[in-house]
Amino acid sequence: MNTATAAAKTMTRTWQSLCIRADLVPFSGVAAWVETTEGPAQVAIFYLPGYDTELYALDHHDPFSSANVIARGIVGDLKGQPVVASPIYKQHFRLEDGQCLEDESVTLRTWKVSFKGDEVWIEA
Amino acid sequence: MSTTSLTTKQSLIIIGNGMVGHHLVEQLVEQGATERYDIVVFGEERHLAYDRVHLSEYFSGRDAASLALSTRGYYTEHGVTLHLHAAVTGIDRERSEVITDQGRHPYNRLVLATGSTPFVPPIPGSDRENCLVYRTLDDLDAIRAAAKNATTGVVVGGGLLGLEAANALRGLDLDTAVVEFAPRLMPMQVDSEGGGLLQEKIEALGVQVLTGRVTQRIENGEASFHRMVFQDEKVLETDLIVFSAGIRPRDELARDCGLEIGERGGVVIDDRCLTSDPAILAVGEVALWNNSIFGLVAPGYQMAKAATGTLLTSSSEPQGGTFHGADMSTKLKLMGVDVGAIGDAHGDRTPGAKMFRYLDEIKQQYRKLVVSSDGRRLVGAMLVGDNSVYDTLLQYYANGLDLPEDPAALILPSSEGTPALGPDALPETAMICSCHNVTKGDIRATLDAGAVDLGTVKDSTRASTGCGGCTALLKSVVDHELEARGVKVDKSICEHFHYTRQELYDIVRVEGIKTFGELIDKHGSPDTHKLGSSSAPMLGCDICKPAVASILASCFNEPITDAAHIPLQDTNDTFMANMQKNGTYSVVPRVPGGEITPDKLVVLGRVAKKYELYTKITGGQRIDLFGARLEDLPAIWGELIEAGFETGHAYGKSLRTVKSCVGSTWCRYGVQDSVGMAIYLENRYKGLRAPHKIKFGVSGCTRECAEAQSKDVGIIATENGWNLYVCGNGGMRPRHAELLATDMDEETMVRTIDRFLMFYVRTADRLQRTSVWRENLEGGLDYIKQVVVDDSLGLGAELDSQMQTVVDNYECEWANAIKDPEKLKRFRTFINDARPDPDIIVTEERGQLRPA
Ligand SMILES: Cc1cc2nc3c(=O)[nH]c(=O)nc-3n(C[C@H](O)[C@H](O)[C@H](O)COP(=O)(O)OP(=O)(O)OC[C@H]3O[C@@H](n4cnc5c(N)ncnc54)[C@H](O)[C@@H]3O)c2cc1C
Repeated sequence: MNTATAAAKTMTRTWQSLCIRADLVPFSGVAAWVETTEGPAQVAIFYLPGYDTELYALDHHDPFSSANVIARGIVGDLKGQPVVASPIYKQHFRLEDGQCLEDESVTLRTWKVSFKGDEVWIEA
Repeated sequence: MSTTSLTTKQSLIIIGNGMVGHHLVEQLVEQGATERYDIVVFGEERHLAYDRVHLSEYFSGRDAASLALSTRGYYTEHGVTLHLHAAVTGIDRERSEVITDQGRHPYNRLVLATGSTPFVPPIPGSDRENCLVYRTLDDLDAIRAAAKNATTGVVVGGGLLGLEAANALRGLDLDTAVVEFAPRLMPMQVDSEGGGLLQEKIEALGVQVLTGRVTQRIENGEASFHRMVFQDEKVLETDLIVFSAGIRPRDELARDCGLEIGERGGVVIDDRCLTSDPAILAVGEVALWNNSIFGLVAPGYQMAKAATGTLLTSSSEPQGGTFHGADMSTKLKLMGVDVGAIGDAHGDRTPGAKMFRYLDEIKQQYRKLVVSSDGRRLVGAMLVGDNSVYDTLLQYYANGLDLPEDPAALILPSSEGTPALGPDALPETAMICSCHNVTKGDIRATLDAGAVDLGTVKDSTRASTGCGGCTALLKSVVDHELEARGVKVDKSICEHFHYTRQELYDIVRVEGIKTFGELIDKHGSPDTHKLGSSSAPMLGCDICKPAVASILASCFNEPITDAAHIPLQDTNDTFMANMQKNGTYSVVPRVPGGEITPDKLVVLGRVAKKYELYTKITGGQRIDLFGARLEDLPAIWGELIEAGFETGHAYGKSLRTVKSCVGSTWCRYGVQDSVGMAIYLENRYKGLRAPHKIKFGVSGCTRECAEAQSKDVGIIATENGWNLYVCGNGGMRPRHAELLATDMDEETMVRTIDRFLMFYVRTADRLQRTSVWRENLEGGLDYIKQVVVDDSLGLGAELDSQMQTVVDNYECEWANAIKDPEKLKRFRTFINDARPDPDIIVTEERGQLRPA
């Protein structure tokens, strides 16, 4: 996809190894440092074993409290959509696309994550 | 409204800021009278108008503030000038002025709302020290003070208020007697059969009852402060006397300025509440209408309403209606004994009246119906020992409904229960709340206008906010009407379960369900969305997951950090610490009873320094260490556990602290070892998870330095054991705890607390503190007493054994987690990097670190 005209700054997300399955907590979240195209980021990884989509990656940073805590929220579902509730002020974010359900204007960044064997890989 | 605006307002003075005087102000404000009048109120008492009807609750835990009917702010906001502690000493009708110690105040219109005063019979010695009355907050303070040095008390007068006063003396730990001049108790409300039954019941409570006694004089006693000498020269010794021999209207101002006064007192008023001087009105207990004084609050409120109309209209048919007299039917519970009197309860005012009577000497219940000579209408009724049919009878009486074929069925016990008059059978005009004049029609109108629950109906009609006698009836009417409108009240805890917390609790307990997965599998709502295409079960949410986690912990007390439970917990429970606003945690080790050794204090200081924690003493007598980073928590706890600390559950909806005073070990006043008791209780209940946090307090004497009466469970030492208070709260909505049981030995007390806590755990809603639970519990404190003290539901043994399970399975959660490397993995800030979170930035203040 890279063309000569594209600015040097435009970087493509690339798949990188992050951790192993045993580092995850089933039905809950953990936080990891990830080198993204936009620089280093704290990312929350959620693990729902046995579901259609087993892994999700969202910003660990909670924009409402400005603290890095999203991975420590409770994972659940509302109206059939998997969500995480911020542990500080309890807003819900959709795991699929990071949309905040209480405030349309707020979205967390999301990344693709998947298992490669026992390893967890992220495209960032 | 005319186009010419009034240039100057008229002056309206109200004398008396009691229940009716205040109600008048509210009515005037509501009707916009402040446009026309400058309103000035003089009240002789120090306190702003308060709920005299519930005055006795001042002795069972409520304070002046919670009895207040209003606030200074309300008066200021509506421009009503209020002078408290300012008695009016005279009325100058010629100059239209009232006189106080401060000066003279002109009026255009004047309202007397001076109430009444207890009658003290002119017996020689009735003015001795420690001869008191029962009418105001100050009176009750005086009684409480006098009771400190007394062991016995006598109430002169066995009427309604006398029995209430006797109950209060009993509550102050006095050996109590009631002396009544008539041959039976409550001669106004009950006949000799009813009176006899009442007397038996009251004597069974340990109150001595002497009827047919006329006190001749009161003199110095030998064993006690007073000696009362009766007509037959028999004597009774006592330390304290409370006179409750009837009330007299406070008509002295009216008398002195020449207004018309009734033969036996009372300011004569007409249907518009006007006295013999049309510039002056009278309302409430001071007013005499049609030769009757009305000693109840509801008729007073009706007069206030009529007076408002009179003050706002010049015509002879004022808007708000006129006063037509009032029904004096009453329903009360005296020392736990139901007494009810409706209409012509004695049947001596209705020519040709016929009676039905039912007396059960085993259950101690007496019921009497007085019907019209043709047997078609109810003209009166009398109930002792059981008021369950009162509401039904009152509706028959007040609405003139046709009696059933066989009226006796209304008072006879029947296998199907009493034929209650359903809310359906009531006519639109049926009066539901007589304090605020609310009919069934008014309630329906409110619902038609969009109200959807009881609370809204109460707010907009004020029904049941007066004397509260109609609470149950109001609820049944509202429920019925809502049902008829197809409104279903949804009490589901969230979209995943169509159950209340209490129902979920029962399911978990009865089916022995031990995990959230099993519960949602078996009992999750079938109609909510499945996740994606898979048949995988729903996940739950941040409402039901912690609620179920708490229920599972209350029932089985397995470690909350076990794999099956960890995804259910709030972050605080997951990491067993309290998350602060910058994502760091605070750590609070348990300090049972607030007692801590110097060695342990040194450890706390050392740990705080090493991990750079901010330290603060908490309100619960322990030490909070703030600013701990997630990854440091295991190391911090390693050191704390090493030194003998345990987790303090400051993060959990669970037992927090048992605060104590220093007690008899050191204190000159202490009568019991409050610290020892607090430590014992804290160790017993630590780790108990509940719908919300629970706090205890233990005081070593009645000085109450541990502030136990603001706790969920408060214990106060007495010379004979311990008094137990429950359902108090500090915080945003302070509430005094209420006395549940007195003078218990330790074993009884612990058992009572076990049952109380488990009953709360079982029946409360999620995140409902004991205070709110208590307020919403139908039957209130009495019901709690029946269940936990009298074991009325036969649940006692079960509650005991459930508590024992929790106590037996206690394990310090931190000690459990520290041993398990799998569990400790959770405490890494980042799974792929050991560096701390660089966004946590701190700054120094007063020698400690705090979030920047
Ligand atoms: C213990 C107790 C229990 C009761 N229980 C019930 C019940 O269950 N149901 C029921 O319906 N009723 C009950 N009552 C009665 C009820 O409280 C009264 O009917 C009601 O308070 C009457 O209101 P009021 O404003 O007329 O008089 P009050 O409430 O007595 O108010 C009159 C006020 O005027 C003040 N005042 C008098 N003279 C002056 C002056 N010269 N200058 C300035 N101020 C003055 C007084 O100090 C007082 O504060 C009970 C009363 C008591 C004492």
